[in-house]
Amino acid sequence: MNFAELFRVTLPETALEITALIVLIVDLGFVRQAAFKTRVITASLLGVAGCAAALCALCLQARTGLYLDGSQILANNGLVTAAQIGILVMTALTLLLLICSTYTRHVGEFVSLVLMSASGALLVSAARDLLVIFVGLELLSLGLYILTAFAKHNPQSAEAALKYYLFGGMSAAFLLMGFSYFYGLTGSTNLYAIQWNLAQQGPSPLFYVAWILVVAGLGFKIAVVPFHLWAPDTYEGAPASAAAFIASVSKVASFALLITISQNLLQPGGLIPGPKDLVEHNLRAFYQTWPQLAAILLLLAAASMIVGNLAALVQTSVRRLLAYSAIAHAGYILLGIAAQRAYSGQGSAFNFFLTTTDPAARSASAVLYYALTYGLTTIGAFAVVAVVERATGSDHMDSFLGLHKRSPLLAAMLLIFFLSLAGIPPLVGFWAKFNLFAAVLGVSAGPAPFALVALAVALSAVSLYYYLQVLKRVYVLPGLDETPIKPHPVTLAVLLFTAASVIVFGCFPALLQNWIASF
Amino acid sequence: MLAWTIYLSFAGALILAFTPKDRPALARWLALVVALAGLGVAVAGFIAGMGQARTVFVDLPWVPSMGIHFLLAADGISRVLVLLTGIAAVAGVLFSWNIELRTHQFFAFFLALIGGVYGVFLSFDLFLLFVFYEIAIVPKYFLIAIWGSTRREYAAMKLALYSFVGSSMVLIGLLAAYATAGGHSTTLDALTHANLSPSFQMWAFPLVFTGFAILAGMWPFHTWAPTGHVAAPTGASMLLAGVVMKLGAYGCLRVAIALFPRGLDPWGFSFLGIDSWRTVFALLALIGIVYGALVALAQTDFKFVIGYSSVSHMGFVLLGLMTLNQIGMTGAVMQMFSHGILAGLLFAIVGRIVYARTHTRQLAELETMHLSKRLPFAAWAFVIAGMASMGLPGFSGFVAELQIVVGAWKVNPWWVAAIGVGIIVGVAYTWRALQKAFFSDRLPSAHELEHETKFAAITWPEVTGVALLTSVSLFVGLYPKILLDSIEPAVKALLAGGGQ
Repeated sequence: MNFAELFRVTLPETALEITALIVLIVDLGFVRQAAFKTRVITASLLGVAGCAAALCALCLQARTGLYLDGSQILANNGLVTAAQIGILVMTALTLLLLICSTYTRHVGEFVSLVLMSASGALLVSAARDLLVIFVGLELLSLGLYILTAFAKHNPQSAEAALKYYLFGGMSAAFLLMGFSYFYGLTGSTNLYAIQWNLAQQGPSPLFYVAWILVVAGLGFKIAVVPFHLWAPDTYEGAPASAAAFIASVSKVASFALLITISQNLLQPGGLIPGPKDLVEHNLRAFYQTWPQLAAILLLLAAASMIVGNLAALVQTSVRRLLAYSAIAHAGYILLGIAAQRAYSGQGSAFNFFLTTTDPAARSASAVLYYALTYGLTTIGAFAVVAVVERATGSDHMDSFLGLHKRSPLLAAMLLIFFLSLAGIPPLVGFWAKFNLFAAVLGVSAGPAPFALVALAVALSAVSLYYYLQVLKRVYVLPGLDETPIKPHPVTLAVLLFTAASVIVFGCFPALLQNWIASF
Repeated sequence: MLAWTIYLSFAGALILAFTPKDRPALARWLALVVALAGLGVAVAGFIAGMGQARTVFVDLPWVPSMGIHFLLAADGISRVLVLLTGIAAVAGVLFSWNIELRTHQFFAFFLALIGGVYGVFLSFDLFLLFVFYEIAIVPKYFLIAIWGSTRREYAAMKLALYSFVGSSMVLIGLLAAYATAGGHSTTLDALTHANLSPSFQMWAFPLVFTGFAILAGMWPFHTWAPTGHVAAPTGASMLLAGVVMKLGAYGCLRVAIALFPRGLDPWGFSFLGIDSWRTVFALLALIGIVYGALVALAQTDFKFVIGYSSVSHMGFVLLGLMTLNQIGMTGAVMQMFSHGILAGLLFAIVGRIVYARTHTRQLAELETMHLSKRLPFAAWAFVIAGMASMGLPGFSGFVAELQIVVGAWKVNPWWVAAIGVGIIVGVAYTWRALQKAFFSDRLPSAHELEHETKFAAITWPEVTGVALLTSVSLFVGLYPKILLDSIEPAVKALLAGGGQ
């Protein structure tokens, strides 16, 4: 590796960082005296331009990845590119949502923090090395803590940020502790090398401890039970565009990371190169240990689905409702990551491995599909909530009363997003669920995964109830206030774009699937 | 060709959603035109399909990597039910002519529901079928919650949740069948021929069957039906009882029975005479027939009488399916058609013609109103509809129930005894409602006489709607061959396995 190489591979991240600096310079230097409106528009458009530049860089570069002493540090192929493109698009969308906001005067700082966080997200989704993973995660998270606190005059925002920060700091400590055990056990920070070493030495108690610590750290990022406590408060207190960013970009990056970890620690793909006897031995050791690791994930998935869906039933704040539904969705997605095929110990482990590669790849792509479409839908939902909040001053369910009269378009958008989250066809949420559950059942037939899929499907029936609670207020109950709500044209454009994608990807599910598969 | 029924309905729904809200007349006529066009296509497709086995309209790969097809086709059963949907849609629009609140939205939801129903009847890919099945749920919720009456929000939510729970059970079964069959294709034919193991079918069958039967109003999961029917606006209750409950029964037939035939085999042991899922569901159907009829007999609300009678009549359908013989299952499909028409007619009379004028559905209050003299049209329409519903010869109900009885006799003569009780009570509750609502000789008090006002005249949509539904029922009753020729070969093919 030399620096030219590093620069070439991290060009998209660099583009984002440079734009972040440009935004700061322009906002604090050139348009400082200008009207607030001009400043917001300049900053967010510059940010969007940065995302576009990063997108171009991403599409143009060769997909080779970055190697240090022969081991891969950054991957740049397969699902990584799809996840990164998704992250950039979502970042651009959240920046556009900022245009009509008024909660802060420091727009330059806001936009540059968003961009830096996004570059952290890009790093996280590509990283194949524990240190890079940790640095990327911190870059992402630190930005998010500040973004959450950005509405300075709102005490809720500060409270949310503090909570988020404390939980986040603790989870980072867990993660780092787990990473250090992995390093101690194997003498390497590279994921491939770790897997190879672990398989050779077989399971040890310390290994399970390390794994549990890592799962706890990552479980916080994706907000699965029992590491979910920050989510409702953060979703409720953070400024809308920051909340949308946390709910979408940060989620996609974390799930991309989980895919990486599951492919390198839960899938035995990395064990294959090597002498045949050793491979057979390693694979056998792997299949002895790893089902127990996956079982921990399955447990978390089940708990998240149950707690998320049931807690959402009693919420009266739409943002909290979205937070609990996010917890439930994280549970569904975790199913896709944790599903494993069990090896009976009979016959060649290598031959068994060959039967698992296809389903495992499909399940990974289904997970990414779910995370991307979920992120997109949530951005839309948060955009609607933000507009309503600005008009009524609250995100309480009753603020949505009679929305269909106040703005038929907003009401229709919310209908689309919520029904998609509930998994009603022909919207994309349904397809994402079907795809994911089919992949889970394709990976592992057996009573346990089947029971979990059945639980997930049954709980999505429960979820319809709370989405309908909001939609009922939008469409059915009479409103007290009937003054029309006029969303900002840019917000409207973002909403239309998101809603159109939710419908189009739902009607033609193969589009996005083929696109993900094309990398 | 029949595929156009789906496209037309959804296009109509979309246009109506964007129709200006201050032009209710435009919305009505637009909805009527779309419904009529759908009916026209359905009739043309029915005639063109006579004597043919299955015709495929569209077969496009939808998600090639998972073997999902956009596969629209029709066999005899589908054609009959599409025809029913067309008729119910036109009648539903006619009896919704008096909707003044948010008219364009009402008809947009209405047509979206119709489009979903057409889609279910024409899908031969299970994934696609499920998509249409779910599409039909959401409009139902809004139709009831926004335009309904008695406890509408409760009823709408209950109906939506029951439907969604049922469809979740179906989805679990379908996912399992798809994964077990290897995950190559979701078409009905591929999965039917996938040789699913008997033990798998043994648990998948009850799951999927129950999932669909919830929507068909199977006892004890029927409780959404009466509350939903009563709360819904007339046009929507006509659709609910007329076609939406048929979706459930159709799913039981087309998916559960066709896909998991081994699930109906005996368990190998017997508990209180129950030795297979077939007896379990047949018993539930019988309980539904008798229970629905008895509860209908005790109702004080006119609309609840019809609501529970639907539960009873849908019991006939499910029992017909569980006979698993040619004549019983043909009767079941026939009953779906017949009940679709008659339930629509009854709800129209009670919910629209009578209620819009008397503003009450309480039988005790109607008793004092001399409706036979003041609303002779409604009275005679109800006499005809009631006779048809009791299963009098000459109407569609007779043909259907006769076939189910014969089919049931072949399996277990005791079933027929229970059906007999159901039919007798059926006569009783219809008679009671007729007597109380229209032909009571209880004299009104002087106070009531004073307040007796003249009712609004019967409007043309009402006359047209009643004429349409009664003539269809009468025509099918007098010349059942026209439907039987279509249904019988399809049922035979389905029983032979494969549905080809």
